[in-house]
Amino acid sequence: MSEVILETRHLMKSFGGIRATDDLNLAVHKGELHAVIGPNGAGKTTLITQLCGTQLPDSGQVLLRGKDITQVPAHRRAHMGMTRSYQITSLILDMSVLDNVALAAQAHMGSSYRFFRPAAQDRPVRDWAKACLDKVGLADKAHQLTRELSHGEHRHIEIAIALASKAELMLLDEPMAGLGVEESRAMVRLLQEIKGQHTIVLIEHDMDAVFALADRISVLVYGHIIATGSPAEIRGNDEVQAAYLGEESTAV
Amino acid sequence: MDFSLLIVQVLNGLQLGLLLFLVASGLTLVFGILDFVNLAHASLYMVGAMICASLTIALNSFVLAVLIALPLTALVGWGIERFIARRLYGRDHLDHVLATFGLILVLGTIAHLIWGPKGISVPLPNVLRGQVALSETVVLPTYRLVIIGTGLAAAAFLFWLVNYTRLGMLIRAGASNRAMVAALGINIERLFSFVFALGAVLAGLAGMLIAPITEASLGMGNSIIITSFVVIIVGGIGSMKGAFVAAMLIGLIDTLGRAFLDDFFKLFMSVNAAENSAPALSAMLIYLIMAVVLAVKPKGLFPPKVR
Amino acid sequence: MLNQDHPKLTLTVMVLLAVLPPVLYLSGQTFYMDLAIRLVILAMVAVSLSLILGYGGLVSFGHAAFVGLGAYCVGIPAHHAIYGGLESLGLATLSGWVHFPLAIVVCGLFAFITGLVCLKTKGVYFIMITMAFAQMVYYAIVSIKTYGGDDGLTINSRSEFPGISLDNPLQLFALCYTVLVLTMLLVRMIVRSRFGMVLQGAKGNNERMVTLGYNTYRYQLIAYVISGMLAGLAGALLGNFTTFISPEMMDWTRSGEFMFMVILGGLATTIGPVLGAVVFIVVEEILSKITIYWQLPFGVLLILVVLYSKGGLIGMMTSLRKSKSKETA
Repeated sequence: MSEVILETRHLMKSFGGIRATDDLNLAVHKGELHAVIGPNGAGKTTLITQLCGTQLPDSGQVLLRGKDITQVPAHRRAHMGMTRSYQITSLILDMSVLDNVALAAQAHMGSSYRFFRPAAQDRPVRDWAKACLDKVGLADKAHQLTRELSHGEHRHIEIAIALASKAELMLLDEPMAGLGVEESRAMVRLLQEIKGQHTIVLIEHDMDAVFALADRISVLVYGHIIATGSPAEIRGNDEVQAAYLGEESTAV
Repeated sequence: MDFSLLIVQVLNGLQLGLLLFLVASGLTLVFGILDFVNLAHASLYMVGAMICASLTIALNSFVLAVLIALPLTALVGWGIERFIARRLYGRDHLDHVLATFGLILVLGTIAHLIWGPKGISVPLPNVLRGQVALSETVVLPTYRLVIIGTGLAAAAFLFWLVNYTRLGMLIRAGASNRAMVAALGINIERLFSFVFALGAVLAGLAGMLIAPITEASLGMGNSIIITSFVVIIVGGIGSMKGAFVAAMLIGLIDTLGRAFLDDFFKLFMSVNAAENSAPALSAMLIYLIMAVVLAVKPKGLFPPKVR
Repeated sequence: MLNQDHPKLTLTVMVLLAVLPPVLYLSGQTFYMDLAIRLVILAMVAVSLSLILGYGGLVSFGHAAFVGLGAYCVGIPAHHAIYGGLESLGLATLSGWVHFPLAIVVCGLFAFITGLVCLKTKGVYFIMITMAFAQMVYYAIVSIKTYGGDDGLTINSRSEFPGISLDNPLQLFALCYTVLVLTMLLVRMIVRSRFGMVLQGAKGNNERMVTLGYNTYRYQLIAYVISGMLAGLAGALLGNFTTFISPEMMDWTRSGEFMFMVILGGLATTIGPVLGAVVFIVVEEILSKITIYWQLPFGVLLILVVLYSKGGLIGMMTSLRKSKSKETA
């Protein structure tokens, strides 16, 4: 469990005058669920965009399995065993639930420069997509229009999409966003199930979920990781308490 | 190469550039601040020219006609904003495009109904009809210098407005963050009306200035609309500075290209080949420039900062 | 799946379209044949535009350029066949076997080169750039005096194919109708394929598709080229039909009309573009009989539809689709 699968070194990113990412150093071990917590505006989503490649850092490096992927475009990183989910639901609402997951699956199951056969009859892709939907408990809604499902179900589809891409490394951006208490518990159960087979970087606000799921936690404040350690270590860390947990525990 | 011919063409290029700037500045303001795509902007150019033309003949004075036509054009712009544009803010840009496309048809037919299909010649007052000799060989029509002067004055006015007044500050803020301007309690509706009307006046002024040379006609907007789009794309949508630089660049390149490309080609091509290919290539020149700029800077030369 | 067939409606429209014009023609009412041929060709352009606009979400305001280029690919060789020149390139000919492939290749190339630039942009930039490129072609053609410039090019005979005579309206109609059907089937097939899924996904959420592993730029470029080639083919047919090839065919306002057809007819349905073309032509015909100022009510109609149909035309289309999919789901 100590092989470093994903790493950032001195990552820097500024927007105008604002430093969203400030000398960010992070190391994620293979097989672990590594949570990244921090106050709002700490730069969590910016971190994810630089990890998955939709934004390039001003300086610094991103390494995947030891290889420098800082300049590798996002669509190619997806083929290197990396996938991300979105905090703001980014599903194709006008397509069916199955279509959304199938698109994720299709990218890793042969070429998509095929013009003749209908995608709906693409058995291997459709079957795998259905299996992923089954894993998140939405197999019966496969043919419904995505727009018609609830927000909670959408968040589950995001996980199904992550599963469908068969990626070893999952970057999950606030999967619990907008979920009620029961829904959050269901999501935590789901994440616990898939935890072992994947390496997960979990950005989350929900502290109950974080402490229930995380193997290790990194705390992100003003674009910089101020502490990394086991949940117990982080809970006991004074600096973290001051910067972040203090506010959160009164709120929760 | 004939040096005096070069000077004349450079001045022509400046003139075109300034006129393009007048039209493009309105377009970029409206797009940058109101986030509204106005395909019918060039119709305001035409309407301004037509109103001015009719007034010139009625009042027998070009200058007076311009002075009256400007606020009238502002009124037309205000009307468009009030009754059409306002209902479309926040909607898909495609809806803007389709609605203003319809507006072009409407304004075009109304103009046809009022003024008939033929163009109107706009007579200049005697004072402006003469020529000015800048040197022994360089002789320019006085009116061209007037256009250049007016264009520069308008540009200077806009520069002052945008950079040194409170209104200008709101305009610049609005271009990069509309929500914030609204949150500051500024009357957004009045700001938008003003910007739209200002854009209309600028476009109308350009039309009025060019009308005595080319005649005020229904179709005059057609050629300038696409060129003004090229200008704001190259300059960066929402940027006044970009519009100015791009307009001057494109005005000069287009004019000099048309004037001298065939001579340039003759340096290394047969006379026949040069004369056949030059017109087509000079017509395409500004679009090629646009493509090159976009390849290097997809948001134009001076895009306003992040929203 | 987003593409909807509406089989009964589609079949009815297409059968009527196949049967009515020849019947009317043979019974002596020749006017309707002209209208039908024009309708079928414009429908073809709308179908080609629907690939990138309806399914790809690419609002191209320059589609008329392909139509015009396709038409000139008939006119220019025909011109040289009579007046000489360009024999060395094999382009002085009346043969349809040269005209039509030439139209497809030229438009494909133009789409590829302009697409490379355009597709790097989004939203209103994309709209304006496609408009600009189309206007570039317009001005370029207008400046070539040999091909008529502003006045356009008249050809004396239509493209020659062994065994057929396109001078016979029935045969021309048959050819146009067949090509329309093939175009519709091709677009339908593409849209339902893996490629089509990616294209539609990119329309829904481009960034998502990129992080899923798709180089969406390439997919959109390919769609753009296919769309351009099909429009060029339609242009070649249009040039044959009118025998007068004018730069006006490429004017950007023409592009607006095609867009209107696609959107009016329904953005993601097989028969939609055809319906849009039908409505457009019928309205234009009726309105232009009533007044020469027909563009005024037409423009007002357009504005009102955009303003007052909920969420604009796009919204109207999506809500229509929503209620239809509730029935079929």
